Amino acid sequence: MNGIIDIKDLCFRYSQENEKLDLSHIDLHVNEGEWLAIIGHNGSGKSTLAKAIDGLIEPEAGEVFIDGEKLTDKSLWNIRKKIGMVFQNPDNQFVGADVEGDVAFGLENQGIEREEMHARVKKALEVVDMQNFAKHEPVRLSGGQKQRVAIAGVLALRPKIVIFDESTSMLDPEGRLQIISLIRQMNQIEGFTVISITHDIDEASLADRVIVIDDGQIIDDSLPEKLFQKGEQLIDIGLDVPYPQRLKLELKKRGIQIPAEYMDEESMVNWLCRSILKN
Amino acid sequence: MDKMLLGRYINGDSLIHRMDPRGKLFLSFYFIVIVFLCNNWETYVLMTAMVMLFVKLSDISLGFFIKGVRPLIWLILFTVLLQIFFSSGGHVYWHWGPFTVTDSGMTNGVFVFCRFVLIIFMSTLLTLTTTPIEISDGLELLLKPLTKIKVPVYEIALMLSIALRFVPTLMDETTKIMNAQRARGVNFGEGNLIKQIKSVIPLLIPLFVSSFNRAEDLATAMEARGYHGGEGRTKYRKQEWKRNDTIAVILFVVLTIALVVLRK
Ligand SMILES: Nc1ncnc2c1ncn2[C@@H]1O[C@H](COP(=O)(O)OP(=O)(O)OP(=O)(O)O)[C@@H](O)[C@H]1O
Ligand SMILES: [Mg+2]
Repeated sequence: MNGIIDIKDLCFRYSQENEKLDLSHIDLHVNEGEWLAIIGHNGSGKSTLAKAIDGLIEPEAGEVFIDGEKLTDKSLWNIRKKIGMVFQNPDNQFVGADVEGDVAFGLENQGIEREEMHARVKKALEVVDMQNFAKHEPVRLSGGQKQRVAIAGVLALRPKIVIFDESTSMLDPEGRLQIISLIRQMNQIEGFTVISITHDIDEASLADRVIVIDDGQIIDDSLPEKLFQKGEQLIDIGLDVPYPQRLKLELKKRGIQIPAEYMDEESMVNWLCRSILKN
Repeated sequence: MDKMLLGRYINGDSLIHRMDPRGKLFLSFYFIVIVFLCNNWETYVLMTAMVMLFVKLSDISLGFFIKGVRPLIWLILFTVLLQIFFSSGGHVYWHWGPFTVTDSGMTNGVFVFCRFVLIIFMSTLLTLTTTPIEISDGLELLLKPLTKIKVPVYEIALMLSIALRFVPTLMDETTKIMNAQRARGVNFGEGNLIKQIKSVIPLLIPLFVSSFNRAEDLATAMEARGYHGGEGRTKYRKQEWKRNDTIAVILFVVLTIALVVLRK
């Protein structure tokens, strides 16, 4: 199998005094080009797992392989080149003084030639549709725009894997949808392997596979359709359940027969219209 | 505060704007040094003419420069008064206890005033025509030789540019926290000094906590993007030494010679 990420029996704790492991015996295999969503409660260990993949924390046991290469102190910088990360808070990841300076930051770190840098920055800003904002300072950007800049910064580095750690959670609905469609484009058109950590069901439902983390453990690993049949349990798992889904639960409670599979807003409306016509 | 730190830069495409930030930085410092060569009317007139020429070339209205003097006006007046009342020599106009007003004291007062204003005009010219990031880049390049004696020039410049970048963010946050604390009944800027100092605490503590969180996030983000110190890094922005920089330098050399000749 051409697994781009392979995690074997990974354990980690932030402090030796912690009795419980913050990541406990994680086994995970991600295929190249796959889109994996990670969901779970606040504090369940999602970000910690993402950091472990990027070598930002040092595991106490277990191994991480990225693109066939084992993550060690020596391979660390090489492996980080293959992974791009977009974080939650748009402000706290904006390093540069202006948009183009921020996109270039990662390239500067890699010691890329100036001409090449300019070309890559330009290209990346075009992909996220921010080319007209190249000289803007972060104060003059919305949260969604800042996240697009962060994505451009990742694109310019041409990684294989992109990890989004709740990158849409601080955005307004419009900004959120833009970022989600950008993630989708990156995965489906440009072929990046995507890991998105999220509480957002729209984002999770687009993924090829969803894993659920609780207390530092992977407690579920399934297709999004399967997971979303779980109805009410989703809220326990740590997802914000969307309106059609909640409506379905309420109808069920009132003894109305309803198909079990996942329905988005449109199919919900269709189904409602049809059942009203039938009566 | 907003006005003071930011929005200083005025977008433009004048000869001065287009100068290399390194050139501007260096000449601004150099200017402060040679201002102290002035010690008579001729030299001050020459210096003022030079500054006015640069102001004209920058295409920025004089009003902005005068605004730059305003925050320092009390300091300037205080120094001028010291000169006027405590200098000796020359014709004595007035005398009372330790105070004497002499004609050389008056001239010195005027000279000190001019010196302050000239320095402020010149540094205002630098900040009005150069973006903060250009200044920090320019400083880095100018100070690069210091890396030989193990001064972390690159890190200092990065710190400076990150600090500048976070000023507005933290300012926003301060406003938010102030509003939140006001909603809880804290009064800012009221009551006696002790009360005022006490009211700052509920502002500072959340601000510190959030700054530390931000710093940690930022460090993680930087590391994730491959930051591992200044070594082996390339620079996205280029600073180019151009013809007008060379001309400016020559102008300053001529100016220096003229000052040396004219001073008494
Ligand atoms: N820097 C840190 N130092 C010590 N403990 C930490 C640190 N970061 C996280 N933790 C702890 O590790 C556990 C897992 O945290 P993590 O940030 O991975 O959760 P998460 O699933 O990403 O949550 P969220 O949805 O809130 O982002 C939590 O109990 C948290 O308190
Ligand atoms: Mg998290």
